[in-house]
Amino acid sequence: MEIDKYSIAPANELDVAEGLRINSLMAASAHPIPDPDSWIGEELSRNVLVTTVDYVVDWARSRSLFPLMFGLACCAFEMIGMATSRFDISRFGMDIFRWSPRQADLMIVAGTLTWKMAPAVKLVYEQMAEPKWVIAMGQCTISGGPFRESYSVVPGINRIIPVDVYVPGCPPRPEGLIHGITKLHQKIVKESISKA
Amino acid sequence: MTTALNGEQVARRINKVSPGAVVASDKAAVVVTSESLFKVAEFLKNTPALDFDYLTDLTAVDYTDYFEVVYHLISLKHNHSLVLKTRCHDRDKPVVPSMTGIWRSADFQERETYDLMGIVFDGHPNLKRLLLWEGFVGHPLRRDYL
Repeated sequence: MEIDKYSIAPANELDVAEGLRINSLMAASAHPIPDPDSWIGEELSRNVLVTTVDYVVDWARSRSLFPLMFGLACCAFEMIGMATSRFDISRFGMDIFRWSPRQADLMIVAGTLTWKMAPAVKLVYEQMAEPKWVIAMGQCTISGGPFRESYSVVPGINRIIPVDVYVPGCPPRPEGLIHGITKLHQKIVKESISKA
Repeated sequence: MTTALNGEQVARRINKVSPGAVVASDKAAVVVTSESLFKVAEFLKNTPALDFDYLTDLTAVDYTDYFEVVYHLISLKHNHSLVLKTRCHDRDKPVVPSMTGIWRSADFQERETYDLMGIVFDGHPNLKRLLLWEGFVGHPLRRDYL
């Protein structure tokens, strides 16, 4: 069968020039260009990523916080709600609430702190290994809340232990606490191991 | 449903056993003297028709002129209840006999009442602070605290 001559358009100069360029590039690209890190050597170049130590350490710390199970009062229910599937703190690498302060590095103090409980809180905080962070959750923890003038309530947990992030609310919703945790992430990634 | 006994009727029965024990009585409660409290409590527990074998609540109220110690009693057998009260007028050292020998549940509740209201329960085996810590000054639920 003979091809209909009119079905193929005649080649113009532009098309011919483009075809020549492509053909010459193909001919020049027969072999791959060596990587700029070829000086490292074959084995190393596939395994090395250059970054700063601070970046890696902070990234690892902020993305694998282990919170301590520490509910003092009603705020604890919002903290538990945050851990359930609806709010799902597993998204931030905080899968499991730890019962032992030895295994935890984040203390979420949720609820009214009384003077009788205060020595226990201080002890648990001191038992946690460095690095460690504290979130004060709810009005009672932050300032004593409605019980500030009371004879038995600590007016603010920062009289007992240092606090990194304050999450206000009575109680704060789980979203609020997650917001506080993201703020803590922002704080952790600014830390430097050379200054610590 | 637990039936609340009429305090006036119970007061009449108490008066038969220990005359002069009842200070006042109305539909809701019976108020007895603190001296006769132990005897009245024994009577309420050991009389088969009353049979108050369960002390649900023990607390105290500060009326500034006097303290009132309140006992909420229940009979599990007859399913009826009674409110028994006693008064102590001495603010500096209010003393009330302990009920631990009659109802075991009085133990912690008397300690709590001593802790927060400062009422001394005479005869209590281990009367010390329950909720607050040792060394706390004052009794915070009193009207004149702070």
